[in-house]
Amino acid sequence: MALPKYTEPHYRIWHYFYLLICGCVFFFLIAPLFVIFPLSFNAEEFLVFSDGMKRLDPDAFSLRWYKDMIYGTKNPWGLAARNSFIIAIFATFGSIILGTLAALGLSSRHMPYKGLIMAILISPMIVPLIISGVAIFFFMAKVGLAATHLGIILAHIILGTPFVVITVTATLSGFDHSITRAASSLGSSPYNTFMKITLPLILPGVISGGLFAFVTSFDEVVVVLFLAGLDNTTIPIQMWTGLREQLSPTILAVATCLIILSVLILLTAELLRRRSERLRGINR
Amino acid sequence: MSSETGKILTTDGIPLEESLKQAEKKNKIKAFLLVAPLLLFLIITYMIPIGDMFSRSIDDKMVTNMLPKTYKAMENWDGKELPSEEVFEAFYLDYKILVKNKTAGKLQTQLNYEKNGFKSVLKKLARKQKKFEEGNYKEQIMKVHKRWRNVEYWRAIKRRAPSYTYSKYLKGVDMYSNEDGKIVQVSEDRRIHRILWIRTVEVAFFVTLFCFLMAYPIAHLLATLPMKYSNLLMICVLLPFWTSLLVRTASWMILLQQQGIVNDFFVWTGLVADDNRPEMMYNKTGTYVAMTQILLPFMVLPLYSVMKTISPSLMRAGKSLGATPAVAFFKVYFPLTIPGIGAGCLLVFILAIGYYITPALVGGASGTLISNQIAYHMKSTLDWSFASAMGLMLLTGVLAIYWIYNKLVGVDNIKLG
Repeated sequence: MALPKYTEPHYRIWHYFYLLICGCVFFFLIAPLFVIFPLSFNAEEFLVFSDGMKRLDPDAFSLRWYKDMIYGTKNPWGLAARNSFIIAIFATFGSIILGTLAALGLSSRHMPYKGLIMAILISPMIVPLIISGVAIFFFMAKVGLAATHLGIILAHIILGTPFVVITVTATLSGFDHSITRAASSLGSSPYNTFMKITLPLILPGVISGGLFAFVTSFDEVVVVLFLAGLDNTTIPIQMWTGLREQLSPTILAVATCLIILSVLILLTAELLRRRSERLRGINR
Repeated sequence: MSSETGKILTTDGIPLEESLKQAEKKNKIKAFLLVAPLLLFLIITYMIPIGDMFSRSIDDKMVTNMLPKTYKAMENWDGKELPSEEVFEAFYLDYKILVKNKTAGKLQTQLNYEKNGFKSVLKKLARKQKKFEEGNYKEQIMKVHKRWRNVEYWRAIKRRAPSYTYSKYLKGVDMYSNEDGKIVQVSEDRRIHRILWIRTVEVAFFVTLFCFLMAYPIAHLLATLPMKYSNLLMICVLLPFWTSLLVRTASWMILLQQQGIVNDFFVWTGLVADDNRPEMMYNKTGTYVAMTQILLPFMVLPLYSVMKTISPSLMRAGKSLGATPAVAFFKVYFPLTIPGIGAGCLLVFILAIGYYITPALVGGASGTLISNQIAYHMKSTLDWSFASAMGLMLLTGVLAIYWIYNKLVGVDNIKLG
């Protein structure tokens, strides 16, 4: 953002001050994530930069915490990772199916009580997590689903659907309904119309909603803390326990893996967003 | 195609109006059927359980169910003098069953809440009652402990007669209803909940303020930079947004520890002495810093999406009409960003007020919030009805904020960046 030549000096100073502030805020946002990388390769078990690391001595770095994460004795991370993925994948599919159907119904102009229903559908996003956690726990305990995978999956579907509803409704807001009418008038069945016309067009919205649902489930710790038993510990639960008891470098190795995962998710989400904007023709 | 009555008919001979109405009805049902699965699912697994929290929070059947005969006998007792032999006998019989079933401990705890010192009296009774002879229970019970002669203790039992209570809500704001049924505050040194409520609102308010102050300039920069630079910088906002909350909390725990990098930096600059490193974690400072960074993206994204729609020519027009940049900013640009500020502040405030994980990890004792207290009662003391009551108080607060926001600004579609 170059300033025009005629800018007066004090505006110039103000402008550089503004850029400096922005720089500091960006640094504040992103820098904490980068502390984790080098420390996870620490050869020692202290969570500070050792003198060797400051000198960039190769002996001060090692992969021992990654080995510990994968092969460590009484290793909790393998089970936790498996549980996390199983729960997140099922929760994502559940959220996508229920959320997309609901969004299709909500964007119909015939839908009665739209405001009220929308409020109910997105309420899990507005209600503080701790309250959702308590309520869902009471329900799951009553029907005997506490400390089961199914219970946690259902809980994560509750928390994940609002994101799908919102993203798919947003995608459908730019949707030209005359195409589906055209398909019907040409003799296509409603199912066929949906599969061949509607779904491909709203797919970016569905997938990005699904990504939100996946991340929500994969990161979720408050509700799982109430619901999980010993057999359904997830990565967030393990991290939570680890952070409460003792901050070990193994956690940092796990955290590094999670950051890499979130970079991948971010890239996917960005690509999808652009594709969706292109499809809806709002790319300026 | 009009009939004799002048109505327009479809090819089937049905009046068009009716036919359209039917089609409309069909469409309505179709749309509703699509929403129905999720709606039903949420109502059953989510809305009803929240309602259940309410019935749980006022539920006080425990003592009522443990002493059925006693309460029946107490119905006619006015509470002024010691109850009659009938009540004593009923209480003896009820308590005998509890001792036999080994559930007397619960009653002891519950009644001790009502009147301090009840526990030891009841324990003594449990031991002595085995030797009781039939008849004249009033004498025998009163002989066990002199406190049974004190009418206060019988009144305490009577107070637990109703099967519902709002005492959990009173406890949530450090009040209770005393022996005479008046609502009074607990003694000053035991007012812990009020401190927590105030602290929760205070933390949520300041975190929102800090987020706003930090997010506004960078959202503005992101919205005004050319696409290729802003996309790159946007990653700085989106990467933390997508990164696990626990990972970000962990990184703050590393940064803020006493031998941590932030402290190292302060020592290096000479701001603090090496042997006098400030405690930045396990207190409010830690909560503020970590929560601000974690919630910042939720402020930047709505601000950015609003600022993106403001045409730069508006500022230029303002300046060309003689406004200084500062005046143009405050008179033209700032008012246009208010919907974004509203959405961002609402989002951050509501998220912050219910925050649990970060305060629990970096907050220490002086940085914990009301959610931590709810979790504590859910997991440790198992006082679920109190946890429910506090949860509902928090929920009422959040809904009130939402309602006020809706009145002031109007809830638009919530944007997710």
